[in-house]
Amino acid sequence: MKIAVCIKRVPDSETRVKIASDGKSLDEAGVKFILNPYDEFAVEEALRRKEQAGAGEVVIVTVGSAAAQETIRTALAMGADRGILLQTDKIPADGLEVARALAAEVKDSGYDLILFGKMAIDDYNHQVGPMVAELLDLPCVTAIAHLEIGGGKGTAEREIEGGVELVEFPLPAVLTADKGLNEPRYPALKGIMAAKKKPLQVKPATLGAGGLEVLALTPPPQRKEGRVVGEGPAAVLELLRLLREEAKVL
Amino acid sequence: MPPKFQGVDFYDVDGVLSEEERAVRDTVRAWVDDNLMPVIAEHYVAGKFPRQLVPQMAELGLFGANLPEEYGCAGLNNVAYGLIMQELERGDSGVRSFASVQGALVMYPIHAFGSDEQKRHWLPKMASGEVIGCFGLTEPDYGSNPAAMITVAKETKGGWILNGAKMWITNGSTAQAAIIWAKTGQPDDVESIRGFIVPTDTKGFSAKDQKGKLSLRASDTSELVLQDVCVAKDALLPKSGGLKSPLMCLTQARYGIAWGAVGAAMACYDEAVSYAKTRVMFGKPIGGFQLQQARLAEMLTEITKAQLLCLQLGRLKDQGKVTPQQVSLAKRNNVSMATDIAREARRLLGANGILAEYQAMRHLANLESVYTYEGTHDIHTLILGQEITGVNAFN
Repeated sequence: MKIAVCIKRVPDSETRVKIASDGKSLDEAGVKFILNPYDEFAVEEALRRKEQAGAGEVVIVTVGSAAAQETIRTALAMGADRGILLQTDKIPADGLEVARALAAEVKDSGYDLILFGKMAIDDYNHQVGPMVAELLDLPCVTAIAHLEIGGGKGTAEREIEGGVELVEFPLPAVLTADKGLNEPRYPALKGIMAAKKKPLQVKPATLGAGGLEVLALTPPPQRKEGRVVGEGPAAVLELLRLLREEAKVL
Repeated sequence: MPPKFQGVDFYDVDGVLSEEERAVRDTVRAWVDDNLMPVIAEHYVAGKFPRQLVPQMAELGLFGANLPEEYGCAGLNNVAYGLIMQELERGDSGVRSFASVQGALVMYPIHAFGSDEQKRHWLPKMASGEVIGCFGLTEPDYGSNPAAMITVAKETKGGWILNGAKMWITNGSTAQAAIIWAKTGQPDDVESIRGFIVPTDTKGFSAKDQKGKLSLRASDTSELVLQDVCVAKDALLPKSGGLKSPLMCLTQARYGIAWGAVGAAMACYDEAVSYAKTRVMFGKPIGGFQLQQARLAEMLTEITKAQLLCLQLGRLKDQGKVTPQQVSLAKRNNVSMATDIAREARRLLGANGILAEYQAMRHLANLESVYTYEGTHDIHTLILGQEITGVNAFN
């Protein structure tokens, strides 16, 4: 079983991000970067598939800056076999450009599965996985919460509104991982040491400008301070009145 | 779900850590958040070591992590090892103590003083958590003065017979193997002290849990009694000799403690900051009052100093240049500062600070033990005093 996992280096969700002086990018100083949490599910699933098959290779692929090597090594420390960094100073805002670069890299390399996280927690686009599938003319199942592989095909479960959708697909295929697919392992200390010695290929990314441009980033507006409308049962009527007349939500 | 612990890094210490060092730290930090923090308060109150976590700790590679890979260890440098101790003690000193004893006081002496056969037999089993160890040096009447120990080992035809008692032994009742230090010569012959690997199921060996502890409650502390304990010849650690050998082990453990104390202090500071920002009194968060700001400023300053101390100590250790006196300075300073910070954090938390639901008082109570074990604060003062003046003030 040969599996590619396409990952992204993203700011830690617990970190406080600041907008850079250009007003349209993040100030990376002091920001902690992590392996995109949805991609962790994808890496874990790839490792389990390989372990289940008893043989194979898990290859980590990313488009990013030189610093993304560290993110690749996190996945290698979890147990992946090798990494490929398509290096660029700036990831284009247009997901299609990233998808083109990834598709060109994984095409014709004999992968049975190409896994992604269902989205990156920095831009929330949900785009690149399905785009790669489309570019490679492969079946794509997004946001999978359960996966079975066997006999040259797979079945995946997707949690949809009010129920579960069961999808069957032939291999090779592109899948994007949702939370709940598995419980990602910690990169054990030996894995961290071993990751240093695993192959990590760095090559320049070929990226077009794409059709999108970020014009501005703005932080969400400050939440207005709350108001205490009263205490005890008497406050209920006043709260109802305010919800109806002022907030107009009732 | 409480927010993930972010550490304290006012001086960008992260910037001078290597990628592997940070990765190791992050793994242990996440593991502590996910697995230790949800259960530590109840274990502490119940007076139980969270033993169910041992297999996970072994799986991560936390035991003897700075020992070589050929024995199933992670082969990390000493800074990464220190960061493991920091993160474990951010959870609880008892859990850090468990790992310290297993790695620095049991696996280290086997690695340093053991035969190849002993190393190959014991170290992989200890790294994997299959065998838990304890370290028996301190005796009921000989704490700070281990040279006067009365435990003896007498050589016989087939091996050794050990007699004596050991006290304050972390992991004592949990362990399958004990490193026992005993005199093989006359009672005043300090040079005759040797180390022995004693399986705890050997006839005549007994361990008794020490009851009534108000500190390190999530840790096993036991008294060991050795009554005509017969072990084979190969129980002796062949390269051990004199009091220097157990003291070398203590230097390893103290090194980890210096880092661990920083973790406990960070936990208390982190809790104090978040409490100060959210607890409202007299119409505003208490963090807005000068008295609390002074507390927090002092905490951050001391943590930052202790962090830098550890980092340089670790770099020296990795270069093979560290001295036991330098380790004493760090253990002495860092545990003392952590105890002070835990106390101030507890006070800042007001009445809530006495609850197990918060961390400060648990850390404070733990740190009183850490202050006392592995060379008391006072003994480290005398070690430094001797280093400075050349005059021995121990006796």
